[in-house]
Order: sequence, then structure tokens, then C-alpha cells
Amino acid sequence: MIHMAVVVDNNTKLIVQGITGYQGTYHSMAMRDFGTKVVAGVRHGKGGEKVNDIPVFNFVSEAVGATGANTSCIFVPAPSCKDAALEAIDAGVPTIVIVTEHLPVLDAIHIVSVARSKGITIIGPNCPGVASPGKAKVGILPNNIFKEGDIGVVSKSGTLTYEIVNAITEHNLGQSTCVGIGGDRVSGASFIDILKKFEEDKQTKKIVLVGEIGGTAEEEAADFIKANVTKPVVAYIAGRTAPPGKRMGHAGAIIARGRGTAESKIKALEVAGVKVARFPTDVPGLLRNL
Amino acid sequence: MKLLEHKAKEVLKKYGIPVPEGFVISSADQIKTISGPVMVKAQVLIGGRGKAGGIKPADTAEDARKAAKAIIGMNIRGFISKEVLVERRLEVARELYLGITIDRSRRCLLLMASPDGGMDIESVPENRILMHPIDPLIGYQPFMGSKAAGFVGLPNDTALQMSAICGRLYELVTKEDAELAEINPLVVTKDGKVIAGDAKVTIDSDALFRHQEYNKLVEDLTPLEQKAKDLDIAFVQLDGNIGVIANGAGLTMATLDSINMYGGKAGIFLDLGGTDDPEKVKSAMLLMREANPKVILLNIFGGITKCDTVAKGVLEAIEDWKTTVPIVARIKGVNEEQAREMLKSAGMIPASGLSEAAEKASKESLR
Repeated sequence: MIHMAVVVDNNTKLIVQGITGYQGTYHSMAMRDFGTKVVAGVRHGKGGEKVNDIPVFNFVSEAVGATGANTSCIFVPAPSCKDAALEAIDAGVPTIVIVTEHLPVLDAIHIVSVARSKGITIIGPNCPGVASPGKAKVGILPNNIFKEGDIGVVSKSGTLTYEIVNAITEHNLGQSTCVGIGGDRVSGASFIDILKKFEEDKQTKKIVLVGEIGGTAEEEAADFIKANVTKPVVAYIAGRTAPPGKRMGHAGAIIARGRGTAESKIKALEVAGVKVARFPTDVPGLLRNL
Repeated sequence: MKLLEHKAKEVLKKYGIPVPEGFVISSADQIKTISGPVMVKAQVLIGGRGKAGGIKPADTAEDARKAAKAIIGMNIRGFISKEVLVERRLEVARELYLGITIDRSRRCLLLMASPDGGMDIESVPENRILMHPIDPLIGYQPFMGSKAAGFVGLPNDTALQMSAICGRLYELVTKEDAELAEINPLVVTKDGKVIAGDAKVTIDSDALFRHQEYNKLVEDLTPLEQKAKDLDIAFVQLDGNIGVIANGAGLTMATLDSINMYGGKAGIFLDLGGTDDPEKVKSAMLLMREANPKVILLNIFGGITKCDTVAKGVLEAIEDWKTTVPIVARIKGVNEEQAREMLKSAGMIPASGLSEAAEKASKESLR
């Protein structure tokens, strides 16, 4: 298996599952514009066709056999998403980014557990994907907000990540890699998985963590940072004013039974030595002052 | 999607989990006869029914009618009970807890059992709850049920009954796509039967595409909530007066938090999801018109679409709306400047950053 810096790099050879749909086609082009080697698309029944000049195969195994692809990006709709992800796992694709939203939670559990047993990395579901400026992008993050640099960003959110990445770029700082892990209740890679990679990654000098209410992933990340991360970390947690019991858009973003509040997350992060921003746009300032 | 108790019990029954015999009525005079002592139970999607007077015992049909009359239409913490469940009263020896839910950190299902049933599981100390993660590659196995029955201290035959119920509950969860299935209390009767005293089942709304039968269940939504749902827009009602439209859960929450930092308070918020589809932005503006907040704050971070296209949709939505409601708009992305000019000339208050937008909206709301 090729070692990747943080999820994606110059060696990324990407297939797009669901390339013939509007999103799949649009983002295949956008990923290529970003510099990603998009080597094939997959759509059952459309093998032999082309999307622009990208060859389409019927099955992931065929696409991998013909192109040597090592990463897949999944756009297929939720009802077929489990099949698509398991097909990619079955074909031995080592890195899989699932953009699809509204995936049933039991399907996510199934996909993630099988992938874990085979040492395969899953990012998502319901995530914007991964972008490493100057190298590759796998997912739907806007191309024009990035600038190559030394800040690693890991986030549960989509558009809020764009907001923060954009603010970092506007302050003339840049990103090493930005990973959107998704805000569903069950996701593949966790904050901790990505923090580990940032800690090891030579290009990354500082880390930004963007979390939100619900679950305990931020608290677990805080414990991990305290024990294992030597690089400085800045965080933003969304949902300080969210009332308990109301689901705030993301399936995971809910304060249930007094757990998963912003206060508890902010406190845990501060105890771990993380600087927590009050506004998303305060993140660049905190990075500069580290 | 949360199921009412009677519906949840129907699902339990389908999987062979014992539930008390009973029937559901929406009017007291539907009770003709009862075959022994019963409980008359409000059907609402909120806990604490008993304390609120929503559960009453009755020994005769006359008493049952009286109880039903009192409960039907009752407002229990904001939820109206339109129906009651009339069900056989159990001779309770013990009340246990049994549930299966999602373990987010371990990314699997979690089997939970406690000897302290009948109260909110949140108030039970952790050492009194067995939590057994079910590895998806192992699946539910009978030893897990035996472990649960042993933990709650059931002997012999009742242990076997509870163990079987654990397996059936797991089957229910996986086949019905439940994200929560909770039996609290799981009752052991004086004559040694293990039976579900209450039931909470929540079906994963993302899995409804493969469970058409639940789509027929009507949810208690206001007309505005229903419209938002039909448009796949997340609608949340808070107690402030600033109507917020934003795209993406994280950005929406960050917008609310920022408003709060400037002393404002968000009321209705509409989250369009990760999209900047101009049609969806337009629909959200139309919904917001109906909600009639004191100030509207629009915060869109563009991805695919150009800002001027989004702005055009916004302008179309408010075209014939003669209103004095201040609209603070911030659309970020490609052609941002053009969009700002368009919004400004239409009388809106443009903002370039999230903080600026939050500050302006808060100021307007406090006027």
C-alpha cells in the first residue's frame, strides 16, 4: 500500500463512483482542476462510456485493474451507497471518501466496521472530503478557498470548514491538508485518526479542529491531544447557543441527555492546552499568536 | 422518527416480544367493556406522562371512560394526547430496563440493561447499567442476552425469557432500522412473565426509503415545519426574533452563536444543508416571509453556485413583498461583489463577513 501524507497526496489516483450524476460529473471536473488525477469513473451499466474524457467502468474492480486507482470518492445516492462502499472495499481500494448524505446509520456502521477490519480508511459519510493544496482534492470543497501552507484542518462540518479555511487563506496563512470527517453519528475516520496523521505529517506545523455539539468526539480528541499531540492546536466549536433536545441540521448535532454540550467540549479542549476561538473568523488570529 | 407507545408496542409484538393486550382509542365512548383492571395511557412523544397525570388506572369500563375523557386532549409538556392506550394492568414484581441504541464512539450498536427500570435511565448510576457494544462483525449472540439477564439478577426461567427478548429486540433494530429501541420498564410479573411495560422506538429517518409503512405515519408538524420538511430544509424554532437562513449545520450553528455574542437572539432558523442551490435559497426566503421574524439574516457560503445567481433568487423571493423587515445578507464566494451590489440596491443590508452580518442583525433586532 502506498503511504499517503494525510489521506491524499501526489500519488492519489482517484475513481469516482456515481460519476454520471450531476454532482459526480461536476465535482470530477472540479477535482481535476484542483490537480487530482481522476483516472476513472464507475457506474453500473455505463461501462465503456466517457464523462468528458474520463473512462467509465461498470465495476470498481475493473476500474482499479485498468488504472491502478488507490482512492475512491462516492457520490451515489443513499439507497445504493452501502453497496457502492462495500464494492470499493471488496475491490481493495485503500482510501474511500463518502460524500453521500442521509446514509442510514446502520449502513454506516456496517461499512465502517468492515473497512476497519481490512485496514481501509473511510472518510465520511456526509462529508465534504479532503483537500491538500498543491497535491490533490477528493470531495466537494470549493477550490478557490485554499492556499498551500502548514496548517492542518480537521472538521465535522462542511460550509463552516470553508468559512474557516477561507479566513485562514485571507490572512495569508495556508493549509497542509484539510479533512472534513462529516457530522453524522457514525463516521469512518475520527478526529483522533486525523490528529494522529497531522502529528506525523512533516508539512503540518499547526492544527485547527472544528467541532460541533453532539457526541463526545471532541472530548475524546481533547484527551488524545493532551497525551499525544505536540503541535499547537486551535479549535472552534459550533453550537454554544443550541438548546438541548433539538437536532441542529446534522444527524449528530444534538445535545441529548445533557451530553455533548459546547461547554463540555470547550472546557475539555482548553484543559488540553487548545486555544478555542469565540468566532470562526478568530481562528487565523489565534494561529498567528501561537 | 419517534413512534408513539402503541405503535412501538405493535412493532415489538411483530418481533415476538410480549406486550400487554390493549387497544387504542381517540374518544372515551369507544370503550365498551374491559376484561379486568387496565391502565389508561396518554399517547405522546415525551417522557414524564405519569407525573403529568397522563397515566391512570381503572377497574371498570365506567372508570376507564372517565380516565380516557380526562386524558384525551390533555397537554403534556406541550404535546397533546390525541389518543389513549387502554391496556391490561400488570401485576408488577420487578421493573427492569432494556435498550439498544447507537454507540457513536465505538461506531456500533449498544445493548443496555439495568435492574433499575421504571425511571429515566439517565438518572441510573453507571455501575447499575450493563453496556455491551455489539461488534457488527460478530452480531448479536445469545451469550449477550444471558449476560444482560445475569446482570439484572434474573433467575432461571425469567432469565431465559429476558435473554430471548434481547435477541428479538436486536432483530427489530436491525430489520426496522431503529436507532433506538427501549423497553422501560421491562416488567417481571408476579407470576413470572417478562413483558414490555412501555416501549420507545425511533426509526432512523434516513432509512425510511426502505420502510414505506412508516411514511404513512403523520408527524405532528406545524404547516411551516411541514413545508420546510417537504423542501428538505432543516427547520428549528428557537425563542428569539432573528430569522436565520444559512447553508450547512455547522455554519448555521456558528451563525446563531455569533448573533448571541452580539446580544441578539435567533428565532426560526432554516438550514439548507451543504447546498447553495439558488432555488432552495429562494424557497427558504419565502418560508421566512411566512414566519415573519423581526430581522432576517441570510448567511450563505457558496460552493458550486456563483453569488450573483444566489442573490438573484433572493431578490425574486422578496420582489412583491412589501415589508419593513430588515434583511441582512451575506453571500460568500465567486462574484461576491456583484451580489453585494444587487442586494444593496434592493434595500438589503449587505455584510461581508460572518461576524459583521451577526453584528448588524443583532443591532437591528434590538432597535
